[in-house]
Amino acid sequence: MLTLTNLDISYGRIRAVRRVSMHVDAGEIVALIGANGAGKTTLLSAISGLLRPEAGQVVFDGRDVTRFAPDKIVRLGLSHVPERRLVFKPLSVADNLLLGSYTRHGKTPRSVLDQDLDSVYAMFPVLRERARQPAGTLSGGEQQMLAIGRALMAGPKMLLLDEPGMGLAPTVCRDIFKRVLQLREERGLTVLLVEQNAKSALAVADRGYVLETGRVILQGQSAELLANRDVQRAYLGRDKSREE
Amino acid sequence: MLFGAPQYLVSGLTVGATYGLTALGFTMIYNTTGIINFAQGEFVMLGGMLSVVLLKAGLPLPLAILAAVLCSALAGCLMERAVIRPVGRAAPVNLVIITIGVSILVRGVVMLIWGKDTFALPAFSGAKPLRFLEASVQPQSLWVLAITLLVLGALKLFFSRTIHGKAMLACACERKAAALMGISVERMAMFSFGMSGFLGAVGGAILTPITLTSYDVGVMLGLKGFAACILGGLGNPFGAAAGGLILGVLESFGAGFISSAYKDAFAFIVLLLLLFVKPTGLFGGPKSDRV
Repeated sequence: MLTLTNLDISYGRIRAVRRVSMHVDAGEIVALIGANGAGKTTLLSAISGLLRPEAGQVVFDGRDVTRFAPDKIVRLGLSHVPERRLVFKPLSVADNLLLGSYTRHGKTPRSVLDQDLDSVYAMFPVLRERARQPAGTLSGGEQQMLAIGRALMAGPKMLLLDEPGMGLAPTVCRDIFKRVLQLREERGLTVLLVEQNAKSALAVADRGYVLETGRVILQGQSAELLANRDVQRAYLGRDKSREE
Repeated sequence: MLFGAPQYLVSGLTVGATYGLTALGFTMIYNTTGIINFAQGEFVMLGGMLSVVLLKAGLPLPLAILAAVLCSALAGCLMERAVIRPVGRAAPVNLVIITIGVSILVRGVVMLIWGKDTFALPAFSGAKPLRFLEASVQPQSLWVLAITLLVLGALKLFFSRTIHGKAMLACACERKAAALMGISVERMAMFSFGMSGFLGAVGGAILTPITLTSYDVGVMLGLKGFAACILGGLGNPFGAAAGGLILGVLESFGAGFISSAYKDAFAFIVLLLLLFVKPTGLFGGPKSDRV
């Protein structure tokens, strides 16, 4: 569904991502893990059109979208839930969700949009309770739900989730990851999940890629990665060789 | 002591309404793009001057004003497209300097075409003053206040009821997320320039029957509008409109009770005093973010 081929991305003179190739198949949940500054967010920004890659190709759903503007990419069915959630704080929860459907406004029948709104509320009932509240008054976990709900309102086929667990209490975090699984089961969504917390990401993902200083250094099935010594040492805070 | 107060109040509110509209124009552009548009005053001048020119060309007054306002809105859009967008991601300071350049250019062109004369526009419905309390109120003052209120009401509806208004707010508060929703931030920027052109020109056109117009009225009106916008708290539309009215009234009282020689100075003295005490403006809260 999404294929990246030899992507190079730079900020001015600094090359943040080098020759990254990866793919996500339809219906898969794929984790992209790596430390702070490894280039994970940069990579997502390039996929969703916020940044232009210097070289390489992004193919989504059979179309080359490498230099598409963000609105075109959203229209094709690829929604990006940004790092730190970035909800529209002064606007109400309902307005945030409405803006999620901006690209479909006037093109999709009202009834379909209402249905989608209902299904977002069904998934995150707390959002319905707080529909009239400014988004800035929600807790971190609720804001994350809102950010996901807002992305769902665009009617995507695939979600890019950037650090959904950042700054959340472990139980809230687990709840969010459970919702990610639910999204795939109920809607058949494909997900590319970016996380620093490798353990919880690999627990829900089918496969994973490990990014270090802008390069993919490892890839494989989640179970393999979890068992991998380098991954354990670098991202799971465990060093088997020392334990022994 | 208070003799004449109602009179000053009315004339202050009238001028203040135009300051308020100008300030709203500043706010609109600042919120969507982070730029302070120093060509804002020229939109006000264009509103008045184009109305005069079109009226002379034979259009009936309402049509002339409508066309003038639309032309100014178009000029705003054109400005964004022609000189702001190509510079792209330059620092806001550079963009602000570009807007100063645009204002000098517009003023120069208008002077070359229509000269340095002062022009008048007939009042919308006669010039016979109405008595109101102790004040004699020009019917035009009522027009100015009514039209300003109407515009404010329409803006309020636009931002609270339409998805495009909300999208503009979204650009203002979280530009990156707005882009990810598929909102074209560039188009919104252009739209905000057009809207400021519209607001400024409305203010200019309705005030011209009272204060006259010429190629250079934009300088002072622009500065006053900016002062109003800072007074109300930069970025707050309600504050901008209120700031304009407050500034107009203060200025009018100052001119009436102290000396009209310092009329223009009062606005800026008040602004300075306020900035010493409360730098975020009257209605601007302290900036705080929940993380």
